[in-house]
Amino acid sequence: MSKITFKIGGVHPDDSKLSRGCAIEVLPLPETVYVSMAQHLGAPAKPIVAVGDKVKAGQLIAEAGGFISAVVHSPVSGTVKAIAPRADLAGRPVMHVEIAVEGDEWADGIDLSDTLVTEIPDDRAAMLKKIQDCGVVGLGGATFPTHVKLNPAPGSVAECLILNGAECEPYLTSDFRILLERTKEIIVGAAIMQKVLGGCRTVIAIEENKPEAIKAVSDALKELPYKIEVLPLKKKYPQGGEKQLIAAVMGREVGSGALPISVGAVVQNVATSLAVYEAVQKNKPLLTNVLTVTGDCLPVEKQHNYLFRIGVPLSFIAEYAGGIPEGAAKLISGGPMMGRAIANLDATTVKGSSSILYLSEAATKRNAQTACIRCGRCSQACPMGLEPHLLYRLYEAGDYDGLEANAVQDCIECGCCLYSCPAYVPLLDQIRQAKGAVLGIIRARAAAAKAAAEAAKSNESKNQ
Amino acid sequence: MTSTILWTIAILAGLGFLLALVLYLIAERFKVVEDPRIDEVEKVMPGANCGGCGFAGCRAFADSAVKAPNLDGHYCPVGGSEVMKKVADILGFAVEEKAPQVAVLRCNGTCAARPTVNYYDGVKSCKVKAALYSGDTACPFGCLGCGDCVEACQFGALHMDPETGLPVVDEEKCTACGACVKACPKALLELRNKGPRGMREFVACRNTDKGPVAKKACANACIGCGICVKTCTHEAITMENNIAYIDFAKCKLCRECEAMCPTGAIHGVNFPKPLDKAALKERIAKRKEESHE
Repeated sequence: MSKITFKIGGVHPDDSKLSRGCAIEVLPLPETVYVSMAQHLGAPAKPIVAVGDKVKAGQLIAEAGGFISAVVHSPVSGTVKAIAPRADLAGRPVMHVEIAVEGDEWADGIDLSDTLVTEIPDDRAAMLKKIQDCGVVGLGGATFPTHVKLNPAPGSVAECLILNGAECEPYLTSDFRILLERTKEIIVGAAIMQKVLGGCRTVIAIEENKPEAIKAVSDALKELPYKIEVLPLKKKYPQGGEKQLIAAVMGREVGSGALPISVGAVVQNVATSLAVYEAVQKNKPLLTNVLTVTGDCLPVEKQHNYLFRIGVPLSFIAEYAGGIPEGAAKLISGGPMMGRAIANLDATTVKGSSSILYLSEAATKRNAQTACIRCGRCSQACPMGLEPHLLYRLYEAGDYDGLEANAVQDCIECGCCLYSCPAYVPLLDQIRQAKGAVLGIIRARAAAAKAAAEAAKSNESKNQ
Repeated sequence: MTSTILWTIAILAGLGFLLALVLYLIAERFKVVEDPRIDEVEKVMPGANCGGCGFAGCRAFADSAVKAPNLDGHYCPVGGSEVMKKVADILGFAVEEKAPQVAVLRCNGTCAARPTVNYYDGVKSCKVKAALYSGDTACPFGCLGCGDCVEACQFGALHMDPETGLPVVDEEKCTACGACVKACPKALLELRNKGPRGMREFVACRNTDKGPVAKKACANACIGCGICVKTCTHEAITMENNIAYIDFAKCKLCRECEAMCPTGAIHGVNFPKPLDKAALKERIAKRKEESHE
C-alpha cells in the first residue's frame, strides 16, 4: 500500500504509544467538579446559573459569549457551589462554575443507551443547530467551535471533509482508542458532518502506526451505508496539523493567512466526530472526552485511557491513576511536542483535555544553548516552509517588518525547529513571541484600515 | 617636463574651483533652514537617547519641543525639572514643576515568602515565561525573576538580588525613564514621586486574589483587608480588586498604614527612623477613642 504524507518539513520523533493497549475505562465522579467558562477558542461563555441552583448532567449552565464561542453544560448533577475565578493549567485566573456532585441524574431528552443510530436526519440546519446547542468544539487541540467550521461562509464550498485520526503527537492514544472502541459512532458522526456540508468527499485519515484502527475503520465502513474512505498516512509529525493534513490528503496548500475552506477542505478530529454523533443522534451535549495517562516514567500497567467528565480536576485523575510516579520531572497536558506544561495540577479538565503526561528529567531537560551554526536543519524541519533561524535573528534584532515579510505569522508552533536544532537554540520560544507581536501589528493595521474606510464612507455620505 | 607638471596643476586647480562652485551653488539652492534652537535644546538634553520622553531620542525631542506651541507632553524624565527649565528658557516657555520620580517595584514576593511550586528551564526572559504560564510560584501576579527590567535599564539602575530573586532599583541611578515599566509583563514597576528626601510609602504587591488565596501564595501579599484604608486620615489609600493603592500625591507619610498592615505589604523607604509600630498603633487607638467620645 503506497502511503502518502505532506511534502514540506516534518520530523520523526519516536511515537512512544505506550498506552495503546489500555482499553477506555470510565473515570468515577469526584466530589466536586469545576467547569471552566473558557474551554474553547473565542469569547468565554457566560454562566446562566446562580449559586445554590440544582443542576442535572447535560443541563445548560453557560451560554455562548460571542459568534466564535460555545455553550457549556453541566457534566454532573448536583448543586452550584460557586461561580468564581480559579487558576487554570497555566495558573491564570479563569471563571469557573463549581458544582458539588450529588448522584448522577441526567437532564430530560438525552439518550444514554448504547444503540447505534445510523439513520441521519435530513434537516441540515437542524443538525447544525443541535451541534451548536450541544457545545461541540474541535477536540484536536484548538477547540474551535465546530458549528462555525461546519457552516462555511457563503461562496465557499467544502470539497473534502477530512477526519483527523493522525494522532501524530507521541504518547497520546485517546484518539486511537476511540477509533477502536467507538468506530461506528465516529463513522456516523462523519456521515452527519458530510451531510451538513452538502455531501462532499469524506476521508478518515489515520497514520500507519495504528494498523488496528485502520482495519477497524475499514471493516466498519463495509457494514455501513456511507460513502466514506479510510486513508492510511505515512507516520510523520505534525501530520495532525490542519494544513499538513490537507496537504497530505488533497495535495493542496492553504495560503498564508487563509482558512482551510479556501482550498475546499474541512478538517475535524475523530473525537469531534464522536461528539457530533452523540449530539445529533443522542441529543447528548459534549460532557465527556477520553484522556490518556501516560509517560516514559510510568510503568505500562499504570497507564490508562479514561473516559472523563469535563470539569474533573487533573489532580483527581492523577490521584485515581495512582499518583505522580517517581522520576516524573515534568507534567504535560497534551502531547510532548505541542502540549502545555501543567503549572497547576489542581486545574480542571476542559473539553480539549487529551492527556496527563509524566516525562522524566532525561526526556525533558533542556541542553545548554550553543551558537547557531547555520546548518539549516530547522528550515528543513519546518512544515510551514519557514526559516526558523532567520525568524529568531530577526526577532532578536527587533525587525518586525522583516518578520512579517518572512511570514512568522504562519508558524503553527509545532516545535519541529526546536526538536531538530543541534545547537539547542530556543527557536520556538522566541518565534512564538515574534508571532504574537506580528499578529498584534497585523490586527492593529486591519482595525486602523477599517476605521479609515468607515470614516471615508461617512464623509462621503455627508458630502452627498 | 616642467610644462606637463604646470599644466596638470593648472587643470586640477581649475577643475577643483569649478566643482567647488557647483557644490556651493547646489548647497545654496537646496539649503535646509533649521531652527538653530533645536541644536541649543539638544545641547542641554542629557543625551542618553533613552526614549523615556516618548520620542525617538534627544534630537527628536528637541525638534518636537521647538515646533510645539507649548511644552505640554514634553518632559524629559532623565533630566527632570532642571533640564526642562533650561529648555523652557531657550524656547521662552513657562514650565510646570514636576516632582522627580523613581521606579518602584510593587512586589515583595521574596524566595522566602513565596514557595516555589514550578521549575522553569526555558529562555531566561520574563516575556517568554509570562506567555507560557503564571510563574514559578502560586502567585500569578508576582515577579517572574528573569530580569527583563534589568536588561531594559540603560542606566544600570537595576540589578537582581540573588537572595530575594527580585530586582532592586538603585535610586541614585534611576532616571525614571520608564523603560523597565514597559519591559515588565506583570506591570510590577511603577514610576512614583521620589518624595521629600526620598521618603515614600507604597504597597509592594499587585495580587488581586481574595485574601486567603493571596496569603497562601505569598506571605507578603496584600490580602485586601482594608485596614489601611480605614486607618488613613488623608484619603490617600483606595481599595480596588482586593488590592490597596496609595496615591502618592495625597500621602502625608504618617506611616500609620504601614504600622497597621497585617502582612507587611506596605513599604516605607528612606525614613530616618525605623518604624515604631507600637507608638503608631497607640496613636491610632487614641484617636479612635477621642472620636467616639
